[in-house]
Amino acid sequence: MVNVEDEIIRKRQRERARIMALLLGAFVVLLFFITIAKTGMNW
Amino acid sequence: MPTMELTNPAALPADWRDFLALTKPRVMSLVVFSGLCGLLVAPVQLPLVLAFTAILCIALGAGACGALNQWYEVEVDAKMRRTAKRPLPAGRMDRQSALQFGVGLGAFSVLLMGLATNWLAALLLAASILFYVFIYTIWLKPRTAQNIVIGGAAGAFPPLIGWVAATGHVAPLPLLLFAIIFLWTPPHFWALSLFVRSDYAAAGIPMLPVVAGFESTRRQIFIYTLPMAASAIAPWLLGLTGVVYGVSAAVLSFVFVVLAARVAANSATDPDGMEAEKHLFAYSVFYLFALFTVLVADRFLPW
Repeated sequence: MVNVEDEIIRKRQRERARIMALLLGAFVVLLFFITIAKTGMNW
Repeated sequence: MPTMELTNPAALPADWRDFLALTKPRVMSLVVFSGLCGLLVAPVQLPLVLAFTAILCIALGAGACGALNQWYEVEVDAKMRRTAKRPLPAGRMDRQSALQFGVGLGAFSVLLMGLATNWLAALLLAASILFYVFIYTIWLKPRTAQNIVIGGAAGAFPPLIGWVAATGHVAPLPLLLFAIIFLWTPPHFWALSLFVRSDYAAAGIPMLPVVAGFESTRRQIFIYTLPMAASAIAPWLLGLTGVVYGVSAAVLSFVFVVLAARVAANSATDPDGMEAEKHLFAYSVFYLFALFTVLVADRFLPW
């Protein structure tokens, strides 16, 4: 029983960490392009 | 043993999908759409990435409102069939997580809006979030039947924010777009609240049909529809849009008034007899999408 619950917790933590990593990565890319746009270097 | 606590679902880390559900994605779609339209009809064109960021911030701000609304209304949501399966009343998430998520998302959206576009847009976004949470959710909604009349202002902000993000200032057209959504909100929500009246009554929410009854609500739906139709046609009459928008707004608003008149003439008290109310509710969503689509099309048409 404990193992099953531990496994659920680990799975959710892994999924949340993965989503957070994706969002942070997307935010960094967005900030890069915002900076480019704000400095007038439109590609 | 600490593991004993884990048999309670709320003790588990919440699933990321439940955080997504907190943001009310369906409500967000209308907010994003109206914000995008406000941005597109503005006379200044933002670089694509800044326009995208502005809309993203409006979406995140709306998500923050949804999360904070659900954080505050967990007991009320638990009493209504329509909302009982949300993450908090269903026990899939603890309240503290929802509060932190909502506050964090709101603060992030305002800061990003200010950094990417301008601080007036960020100020309006902050005002709309605070208005929705404190004025509507906490103050008006549980106290007065006029809750959505004043609270409708919170949902009317997005096109104004979109416009200001692009131009940096307020102008008559976005103020009229604000007025359209503000006046559209009461007939839209009252049509819904007529056929889910028992839910609101069970939860103790003083929606107009619960407090004033069916007849009064139906009369007020029709009364509010008239200034809404006038404000929808006003941009054309004031020369702020072209004839394509003007004629479309007149036709769309005329149909809205006819459907509202059918609701006013209905006397059913059972949801099964409320086809007119269901039609008006469905049409009201289509109406706003169609009106704003035509507004944008009118801006880019060559005549």
